[in-house]
Amino acid sequence: MIRLRLALVAVAFALLSPVFSRPLAAQENPYFVTYDHNLEEPGNLEVEYFSTFGTQRTGNDFHSYWTELEYGATAWWTTEFYLDAQTTFHDSTAYSGFKWENRFRPLKHEHWINPVLYVEYEDINGTDKTLKEVVGHDVESDYLTSNAEARREHKREVELKLILSSNTKGWNFSENIIAEKNLSNEPWEFGYALGASRPLSLKASAKRCTFCRQNFTVGAEMYGGLGDRYSFGLKDTAHYLAPVGAWNLPSGWTLRLSPGFGLNDNSHAFLLRWGVSREITGFGDMVRRMLGGRP
Amino acid sequence: MKLTLSLLLVSPVLFCVSVALANGQNAANDDKPNDDKRKDNKGAEIYAELAKAPEKARKRVNPLESDPEAVAAGRLLFEDHCAECHGDKAEGGKKGPNLRAPEVQNATPGALFWLLTNGVVRKGMPVWSKLPEPQRWQLVRYLKSLRVAQPVPAEAASKP
Repeated sequence: MIRLRLALVAVAFALLSPVFSRPLAAQENPYFVTYDHNLEEPGNLEVEYFSTFGTQRTGNDFHSYWTELEYGATAWWTTEFYLDAQTTFHDSTAYSGFKWENRFRPLKHEHWINPVLYVEYEDINGTDKTLKEVVGHDVESDYLTSNAEARREHKREVELKLILSSNTKGWNFSENIIAEKNLSNEPWEFGYALGASRPLSLKASAKRCTFCRQNFTVGAEMYGGLGDRYSFGLKDTAHYLAPVGAWNLPSGWTLRLSPGFGLNDNSHAFLLRWGVSREITGFGDMVRRMLGGRP
Repeated sequence: MKLTLSLLLVSPVLFCVSVALANGQNAANDDKPNDDKRKDNKGAEIYAELAKAPEKARKRVNPLESDPEAVAAGRLLFEDHCAECHGDKAEGGKKGPNLRAPEVQNATPGALFWLLTNGVVRKGMPVWSKLPEPQRWQLVRYLKSLRVAQPVPAEAASKP
């Protein structure tokens, strides 16, 4: 149990050694579920570790965790690989699967609303409790199944998102429209995520500082399911509202925290999410040197 | 189980292939005979974008023009977000053109702000709208502070 968690953390942070890159104060958004239109800078790799603690009525609480490797392939394409696992208290720890996502920016210039296209392939089992997206009729009672039983359910899914996002007056407003399809002949399921955030100060300080207001970004996100192809709507769906906060340290690390609250009886009453990430600059050049190319 | 294991192995490989493909493309470009010429061309393409700034954007005045701390703050922002590509002293780097060049230094603050906001995504320059507006203006102040005296043309210098 502990070993799997340690392995995931190790995968994430073995790559984080400062020898790979100079310190770089990142400018990350605070969201856990919502995506904005800001892609990874080309050639940079962001290594991230996230956790979600969730309460479960009439069942065991859980702690799910995942590692993300996010790479800026070009200025208009970001590719990302995830490994997920979870521990259900008084039950067991289970590896849940992997996800591979790609985000594409179709427009050349910045607009009032900026679209980004998102395509993800997931190969997971029923133990996945990351709640990275809530779609269809995903409700709290779905998570009552024991890990031993849930592990037998194997899901291959494709997820599409239309990300619409605006940066204005220091605020970021993002809207995600989600469509997910289990490839084993199940209907399309739909969901949404909305986010708004703003740094505490819009101007940068003339000195490097850890606790400057510009390093803190706060906001809120809301997400939930919208039913499926045959029963579109809010009936039997779960919804969450979560304040979010991020602290971008001058050393290049970003810490995120978000307490989330279920908005109806179908939702988990409480989700506590936290995460840590670091951007490795020039990762692409490092790979090129490794492959014999010139930096 | 076997399938899951194979997919688990295949997926990181696919991720690495994405990375390698993107970098392979860049590496292929690097193999072209005249690196400096290529960089100059890329620089010219980025400089040309400055001319595409709409008139309204070009005429915008930097609201932090008289802010005494804007240049220092802009320098830190430059180190964090720009130096990786444009070089520590903005002299041009592996991927980004020289920002001390006349094309940049003669551009209006508004045009520089517009380019930072919109990027040149097809040429590898990311969009920097995620930096709040005042920070982009601070960057513009720093870039403008890099203006160095242009060399006097030889003919003009020899005239009495």
